[in-house]
Amino acid sequence: MSNTPKTLFEKVWEQHVVAEPKGEPTLLYIDLQLVHEVTSPQAFEGLRLAGRKVRRPDRTIATIDHNVPTTIEGRLNIVDQISAKQISTLRQNCKDFGVELYDIDSREQGIVHVIGPELGITKPGMTIVCGDSHTSTHGAFGALAFGIGTSEVEHVLATQTLPQSKPKTFRIAVEGKLPQGVTAKDIILAIIGKIGTDGATGYVIEYAGSAIRSLSMEGRMTVCNMSIEAGARGGMIAPDETTFAYLEGRRFSPKGEAWERAVEEWKKLPTDPGAKYDRELVIDAATLAPYVSWGTSPGMVAPVTASVPDPAAAPNELDRKSFERALEYMDLKAGTPLAEVAIDRVFIGSCTNGRIEDLRAAAKIAAGHKVSSRVHAMVVPGSQQVKAQAIEEGLDKVFKEAGFDWREPGCSMCLGMNPDILSPGERCASTSNRNFEGRQGRGGRTHLVSPEMAAAAAIAGHFVDIRNWEVREEVTA
Amino acid sequence: MEPFKTLTSLAMPLDRTNVDTDQIIPKQFLKRIERTGYGDFLFFDWRQTQEGKPVADFVINDPRYKGAQILVAGKNFGCGSSREHAAWALSDYGFRVVIAPTFADIFFSNAGKNGIVLARLTEGEVETLLQNAQKIPGYKLTVSLEEQTVKDDRGFSAKFDIDPFRKFCLLEGLDDIGLTLRHAAELDRFEQQHEAATWLRAK
Ligand code: SF4
Repeated sequence: MSNTPKTLFEKVWEQHVVAEPKGEPTLLYIDLQLVHEVTSPQAFEGLRLAGRKVRRPDRTIATIDHNVPTTIEGRLNIVDQISAKQISTLRQNCKDFGVELYDIDSREQGIVHVIGPELGITKPGMTIVCGDSHTSTHGAFGALAFGIGTSEVEHVLATQTLPQSKPKTFRIAVEGKLPQGVTAKDIILAIIGKIGTDGATGYVIEYAGSAIRSLSMEGRMTVCNMSIEAGARGGMIAPDETTFAYLEGRRFSPKGEAWERAVEEWKKLPTDPGAKYDRELVIDAATLAPYVSWGTSPGMVAPVTASVPDPAAAPNELDRKSFERALEYMDLKAGTPLAEVAIDRVFIGSCTNGRIEDLRAAAKIAAGHKVSSRVHAMVVPGSQQVKAQAIEEGLDKVFKEAGFDWREPGCSMCLGMNPDILSPGERCASTSNRNFEGRQGRGGRTHLVSPEMAAAAAIAGHFVDIRNWEVREEVTA
Repeated sequence: MEPFKTLTSLAMPLDRTNVDTDQIIPKQFLKRIERTGYGDFLFFDWRQTQEGKPVADFVINDPRYKGAQILVAGKNFGCGSSREHAAWALSDYGFRVVIAPTFADIFFSNAGKNGIVLARLTEGEVETLLQNAQKIPGYKLTVSLEEQTVKDDRGFSAKFDIDPFRKFCLLEGLDDIGLTLRHAAELDRFEQQHEAATWLRAK
């Protein structure tokens, strides 16, 4: 090993190089693959056809999250026969290939990117893949984690490796103290707004700076989760005491002496002083505000105090057309203050903001208030464990008393592959990650916000500046 | 995977930027467990109304472009979800080439796995192609992977970059797992030594 200073990304990358054939991509070893029902059936079928096995069932974990209904009755009897078939196909595949499955009725079930960390399966320094673009979430632990397509899922199942060309590195430092009411979600929305939805294509982002360091693991996961929305291959944050405190004692975290040894190794991961990045950006935390997306791409965001911008401001013809199309789809007029935009639905959940801390934050806003009579608001915990913890803390009661619909865990209205969808024309304040046309249901209009902003919007019936919110009751565990 | 050498075909102009995979193939079609049969659902929400009527002014429904195997689009094509169904839908519909200024990473590799050539041209070149395809009846392009060029028969000619290995795989139509298994011995050796890193075990 040379003494050249290395970045976190380079260290993880180098520890996983199996082969570097001349003129070909690097063959990278994969420590963990997470599998779910939607992007895996064709991969298992490919293995079967070629007579191949899963090389490392112990490095493969499956759950059911994308399709599952979020009501108890709905789960017991899945009406959508095609969803039911996809779910039973995963069950059969896991059985045939010896892969552990956290099934709908298990205590571990939940969104892949929520359960990996909470079970202590996700670890610093790992390479992690999943047939889902938000795999970048796990980068919050200092893992190199990225989404892959189904052919690649099959490739990893068969070989536990993936040919990869080395991405470039992009350091984004958020420095200073976050203003009150500004959350991890706002940090990442601001970054995407600034660099654009293809601003980090070809790069792995490393988030650094004092504002990032001060975030909890949940907050860090929210930031890394949406790296893909800036086009990045992945997002990473160096492991530190916050990371270790989160992982210690979790089900699959190392124990005893092995734990000590692990922490010692993980402490070697942070970027060495003097290491070079291909690109750098510094953001002053004090300039950030609570954001609301106004268009049909996650880069189309503005502070809640701003108005819907004018397409005339677009830099070129093609952008202006997309911009106009977005406003038409969203049924918004340039110049309308965002705080005057009325909503019909609220979705609190997803792998971006469906963790316990997100539910606590939303409950704090909701306590003692009532959901507006014209709004249907839903809270969908990211996993069974999040749900159990929320119930233990009484958050479910706070939500129900305020008039929120309290649901069973899954991806739900993040992508609406289950029965939870927007009707055409409905407008939703959502804590998820994508506001694409039709993402939450055909003709549905999605505005991305933080859990706090979503809860407040549910109560007011329109967007409000969370910085002026009246917290009525303390929620205590 | 079908090898790709050169292709001359009608070019279909899709003058939109950030065409995401949710638009290329909406979620309701991801529930199938097969790899084929997605072509009819390509750009589903753009090509039909809620009532199931074809949207007349959407380019896929324009008879002028029937049979086009080359798609020209704005920047950041294929962003969003990792669904390979997007590549399956494009290829099932008949597209072998997409030309755009930039492509999202995951889509880029999914397309390659399905024999679709992605040609990155400059924004100016793409703008020219979009306009030509909109204005000139029967506008055809020739894409040569060997030469890495996009040409028409009126003097337009542009080169695109492609990673040499990806080019080789597309030219030969090679299966990735087979290629990786050439390194089986190195993999066994690596894996054995990697097991010592207990802090990187999943369970
Ligand atoms: S919550 Fe949404 S983004 Fe996350 S894994 Fe599920 S569908 Fe994908």
